[in-house]
Amino acid sequence: MKIYVCIKQIPDPNTVVSKLDPSTRRLVRSGVSLVLDPGDESTISAAIKLRDTIGNSELIAVSMGPTSAQEAMRRALAMGVDSAILVTDPALAGSDALSTARVLAAVLKKENAGMIFCSTESTDGYTGMVPGGIAEFLGIPQLTFAREINVEGQRAVIKQVTQTGYRTVESSLPAVITIASGSFEAIYPTMKGIMSARKKPFTQLTLSDLGIEAAQVGEAGAREQVMTIGKVEARAAGQVMKDDGNAASTIADFLQRYQLL
Amino acid sequence: MYHHERHTITMSSTKTSQQALMPPATDLYYIDHLLSEEERMVRDTVRKFVGERVLPIIGDHFEAGTFPRELIPEIAGLGLLGMHLEGYGCAGLSAVCYGLACQELEAGDSGLRSFVSVQGSLAMFPIHKFGSEEQKQRWLPPMARGEAIGCFGLTEPDSGSDPGSMRTTARRDGDSYILNGTKMWITNGGIADIAVVWAKTGDGIRGFLVERGTPGFSSSDVHHKLSLRASVTSELHFEECRIPAANMLPGVRGLRGPLSCLDEARYGIAWGASGAARTCYEVALDYAKTRVQFDRPIASFQLVQEKLAIMATELVKAQLLALQLGRLKDEGLIHPVQISLAKRNNVREALRTAREARSVLGANGITLEYPISRHSNNLESVYTYEGTDDIHTLIIGQAITGQNAFS
Ligand SMILES: Cc1cc2nc3c(=O)[nH]c(=O)nc-3n(C[C@H](O)[C@H](O)[C@H](O)COP(=O)(O)OP(=O)(O)OC[C@H]3O[C@@H](n4cnc5c(N)ncnc54)[C@H](O)[C@@H]3O)c2cc1C
Repeated sequence: MKIYVCIKQIPDPNTVVSKLDPSTRRLVRSGVSLVLDPGDESTISAAIKLRDTIGNSELIAVSMGPTSAQEAMRRALAMGVDSAILVTDPALAGSDALSTARVLAAVLKKENAGMIFCSTESTDGYTGMVPGGIAEFLGIPQLTFAREINVEGQRAVIKQVTQTGYRTVESSLPAVITIASGSFEAIYPTMKGIMSARKKPFTQLTLSDLGIEAAQVGEAGAREQVMTIGKVEARAAGQVMKDDGNAASTIADFLQRYQLL
Repeated sequence: MYHHERHTITMSSTKTSQQALMPPATDLYYIDHLLSEEERMVRDTVRKFVGERVLPIIGDHFEAGTFPRELIPEIAGLGLLGMHLEGYGCAGLSAVCYGLACQELEAGDSGLRSFVSVQGSLAMFPIHKFGSEEQKQRWLPPMARGEAIGCFGLTEPDSGSDPGSMRTTARRDGDSYILNGTKMWITNGGIADIAVVWAKTGDGIRGFLVERGTPGFSSSDVHHKLSLRASVTSELHFEECRIPAANMLPGVRGLRGPLSCLDEARYGIAWGASGAARTCYEVALDYAKTRVQFDRPIASFQLVQEKLAIMATELVKAQLLALQLGRLKDEGLIHPVQISLAKRNNVREALRTAREARSVLGANGITLEYPISRHSNNLESVYTYEGTDDIHTLIIGQAITGQNAFS
């Protein structure tokens, strides 16, 4: 089976204090160090695990982004992904989640993807809308919050994380599968993996390769608009409580209210 | 190969003669931009591994005086053992990549870097370079997998800086050699499956592969160390120890053998020391910015700033020395004097940085809650092993004056 994993390069969340450009109201991505989204590292690890379990399969990473995203993709290759496809085109600048899903879906359709892995959301934008968009464009099911994934015959079977535990959900293939964060430990690229990454197939596509009009994507095609950006309201001081004998039940009520119990 | 986005950004802002953005305090010279994508990937991977797997446990191991053996499969799984060697299950990465891995390992702990240096540069390297095909096939793949651990026995109780004075002998007897003598201060000795031992023969100094369990070969660990506590240091004893003649390394004779291994390991140390220095500088900087005394962060006092400024300067210098040394090695232009210069400077400055960082942290600096004293204690060994600071001074002196001042 051809398994795909959609990945993204983002400003390094460990070293960069995210900045927003007040005029474009977008995340500043220049002049900062860029990395493969750490969430995607876990997703890639989940996909590698499945590829190796079911055997006779190939894992391909797909990304949309500027040419600098090559570095993040090379990391995916070093981790063990077999080949990479990067869609890069000047017209893509300013793409919203819809455009991103449109472009990725076009690649996946062209490739006849059997199974598509995505992180639930990216660690920079956190919109979480791209995977659903891809499934919609392709007209295939999406299985969400997976913490365990199996293929049984022509079906995908996952354990889906719920508030209290998990439930088993299955669907036909092809399907989009989003990973529950924290369910898969990210594997490290190995030194041999890093050596072999440069020899693995790496394809770059433009919009015309995918038959997408520039007007459908990027700034021009965006249906999402950031209206304002503002500071998070300062958190009010916490509630101080003296134990008059009812502390335990007061705390329990408090936790209950936030569904933490 | 060295192009990438960040480079272009800095270049364009200089061209338009605007004032460029303040570089990060941890990379004041954008040394990051001098690295290729592959090199950064090696560095970032090892850094992540050290942060996630080593730092949480290393303080406890240091305190207990134990080597984190549980990390061996993971270190091997990453491919760090013999990573700069070609074939036989090794990754075959460049010298710069190997250096960056040493830098990141030692940013964690010198003991861990020592383990990897000894395995890759002092045990696997001589087998790779001077071994017979049979020796290579037999030992290198399991050593790369971390299933066989190696050590390197050169130093003796009465023979340190002057290894030519060694007393360990290997006597030919039919199809065997018989080893007698004691090797001292041998990293990994007590956990080694295979010892690369240098001994005097009728035919000059030769290298021998001695397997654990060979009758007449025993080891005992050195205890009560105050440095490199998370590393095994041992004595090796050879008493009428008979090994097959086929265990001799055929490819080298004389002191050149062990010295060429030392050149490999010293190369990694030059990088490693800059990693330890970086950790100490970063911790001190962070601490100085948050520790308030006399109503001000101590970072606002001139005396503290001077310490931090010197640390920052020496760190940049050490990193540039190591990187250029690596480029020379990859181009095949490296000369031992360059290795001595970098080993001497980088370890000396790392030790100074660690001590200054200790003072910036005040009392907190002496605990294992912070990595500083652990690093400064470790660096005392690094200052001495692989050629003491004095010996490297003399190597540089001899190279530039043509005069031998050793004896
Ligand atoms: C933790 C640790 C691990 C080690 N691991 C290994 C290992 O794996 N394998 C191995 O073979 N060895 C190992 N060593 C040994 C190390 O290489 C030696 O300690 C080192 O070479 C110095 O030898 P020495 O201790 O006998 O000191 P000496 O040679 O006795 O030196 C003592 C002092 O005299 C100075 N000195 C000596 N000669 C001169 C001179 N001509 N001019 C000026 N000053 C001079 C030295 O610089 C030093 O300050 C290790 C040491 C340590 C501490």
